Amino acid sequence: MADTPTREGPPPEVTEEQLVAMHDDPRFVDLKRRLFRFIVPATFGFLGWYLLYVLLSAYARDFMGIVLFGHINVALLLGLGQFVSTFGIAWAYSRYASRHYDDHADALHDEIVYGRED
Amino acid sequence: MELLAQTGDDSTRNLTLFLVIVMTLVTVFITIWGHRYTSTTADFHSGGRNFKSWQNGFAIASDYMSAASFLGIAGTIALYGYDGFLYSIGFLVAWLVALLLIAELLRNSGRFTVADVLSYRMRQRPVRTATAISTLSVSTFYLLAQMVGTGALIALLLGIQEGDTFMGMDADTAKIAGIVFVGAIMTFYVAFGGMKGNTWVQIFQAVILVGGAALLVFFVLMKYNFNISELLGQAAAASGHGTAFLEPGQTYGVEVDGDAMQTMWNKLSFLSLGLALVLGTAGLPHILIRFYTVPDAKTARRSINWAIGLIGSFYLMTLVLGFGAAAIVGYDAIVTQNAAGNTAAPQLAQTVGTDFGGSIFGAVLLAIIASAAMAAILSTVSGLVIAASSSFAHDLYNSVIKRGKATEQQEVKVAKFASIGVGAVAIVLAIFSQNLNVAFLVGLAFAVAASANLPTLLLSLFWKRFNTNGALWGIYGGLISALALVVFSPTFSSTPSSLLGEGVNIAWFPLTNPALVSIPFGLACAVIGTLTSNESNPSRFASMQVRALTGAGAERAAKH
Repeated sequence: MADTPTREGPPPEVTEEQLVAMHDDPRFVDLKRRLFRFIVPATFGFLGWYLLYVLLSAYARDFMGIVLFGHINVALLLGLGQFVSTFGIAWAYSRYASRHYDDHADALHDEIVYGRED
Repeated sequence: MELLAQTGDDSTRNLTLFLVIVMTLVTVFITIWGHRYTSTTADFHSGGRNFKSWQNGFAIASDYMSAASFLGIAGTIALYGYDGFLYSIGFLVAWLVALLLIAELLRNSGRFTVADVLSYRMRQRPVRTATAISTLSVSTFYLLAQMVGTGALIALLLGIQEGDTFMGMDADTAKIAGIVFVGAIMTFYVAFGGMKGNTWVQIFQAVILVGGAALLVFFVLMKYNFNISELLGQAAAASGHGTAFLEPGQTYGVEVDGDAMQTMWNKLSFLSLGLALVLGTAGLPHILIRFYTVPDAKTARRSINWAIGLIGSFYLMTLVLGFGAAAIVGYDAIVTQNAAGNTAAPQLAQTVGTDFGGSIFGAVLLAIIASAAMAAILSTVSGLVIAASSSFAHDLYNSVIKRGKATEQQEVKVAKFASIGVGAVAIVLAIFSQNLNVAFLVGLAFAVAASANLPTLLLSLFWKRFNTNGALWGIYGGLISALALVVFSPTFSSTPSSLLGEGVNIAWFPLTNPALVSIPFGLACAVIGTLTSNESNPSRFASMQVRALTGAGAERAAKH
């Protein structure tokens, strides 16, 4: 087993009361806000953008057929745009979470599991 | 150009067979190795929860990239152009639902199955029963789709045509042999290796699949000096449709001249399909249980990033393969071999290989792509068997029948037997339903997952008031409406391509995909069901939310 100087051995079991007690803690409220601040707009954003793309594919075919250069048309570009936005949102979420979420979640986790450090 | 039938002579066949056998042997060794580490329930259902993010990412990609998405999408692009690409976009964007809303919270609040999360603050037995029923339904439809495709595919990949024989088998016998072979292998992976063995098998299969596709893409692009625009132009010219081939509308949302009504239904069917694709993925049980195989939520998040990268690149490659097949192999040669276009990618491999290095290299490239397709089938199918048998053992057997009192050994034993049972049932069903349409079954699985599983999962994670009654209404409402609307749709009866043919007409529902109606209906059922019951458990919701967001009290990785 790896050396963990202060917290070795299997962590203690967490009780239902410990979890419930944390729910109204202002730090947990803040943690929730941090999560929702990213996932709510991001979800509406990518779903809206996907829906727009599907609607254009169904109802705006002349627009989708406009050739931009060579044999590349708007439809292909928007389709590739969906790939780019998916990769981009996944990357942005990971970056956001590691900068603004993970440390706060870990701090609360440790406090619930090991108790407050004084 | 007659491809597999003619040139698929003994040398190609033997090479394909040889590669498939080598691949199978490697996976068998991996499984036997994994067997040594599978004794507890956490091992069997979740592989010990010790996988690294890249490992789980590869396994997720392997679960997800089935023969339908490899051969199916490449074939659809080859025959109908741009519309095949639309399919892959829905499949890819769907991962953001899983990443942003589901994966981390599920990892922290569940143990082995989807029902763990849904029943967290509900009455256990009814909710677990309902979730197990929807898990088994989704997995069965999806499994059947893979197995039905498999028989035909194996015959084609080995180049066995109607009236042709191979090792003394005619085409029909070869199909059945193929189904039994795949069924037996996947059951072995699962019953013997559990989640741990199977995950390593899937990692290996993902490498074969992505590597094989990348190799072929390289040769196709080289032919066009890496000029994509040139490739598209050639594909459009060869298709006979001109620039329309590069635009949406060849097979989805088709505009019927002079029939505005049918045009409207076609377009709404297309929207419905788009919705099912993007919302179905995050409700597929075999995908969801993979998030339990990593030590924590952060690793679950990173593993989805790996999966998104792999799956996205893979779909970009199928774009090249599809248009490449349209340009190089051509429409006529593809439909002669397989009307649905499923053999477009293998045919492309043979043609391109022969162009570059003569018939021997053509045979080698064909054998590699055929093995990649086999890997895609086996890995998806075994993931589905694990999901179904885990749900059966953990939810139905332990929680419902034994009321949570079964020992770990009993649960693992039941799970192993369940996997053998699921395998046997799938083999028998697949043999008797060889004429079912694969796309129909996949569409059904996604529609049920999107209508029954996703709304209830989201409500249970985010809605404080949600309760047992709401979960039951939501699951059964979504499940039944999705199934019923398919039965009364043109996919099932009234057209020549329907399941029951033209003779029967019970198709009063005009859309070929139910999601547009069944998802809102499932959601509405869940909300109304919740509000008509007084049950409410705010403290259990509080504990679940703290657990989901912080990971405190979440299941930990096993120490071996």
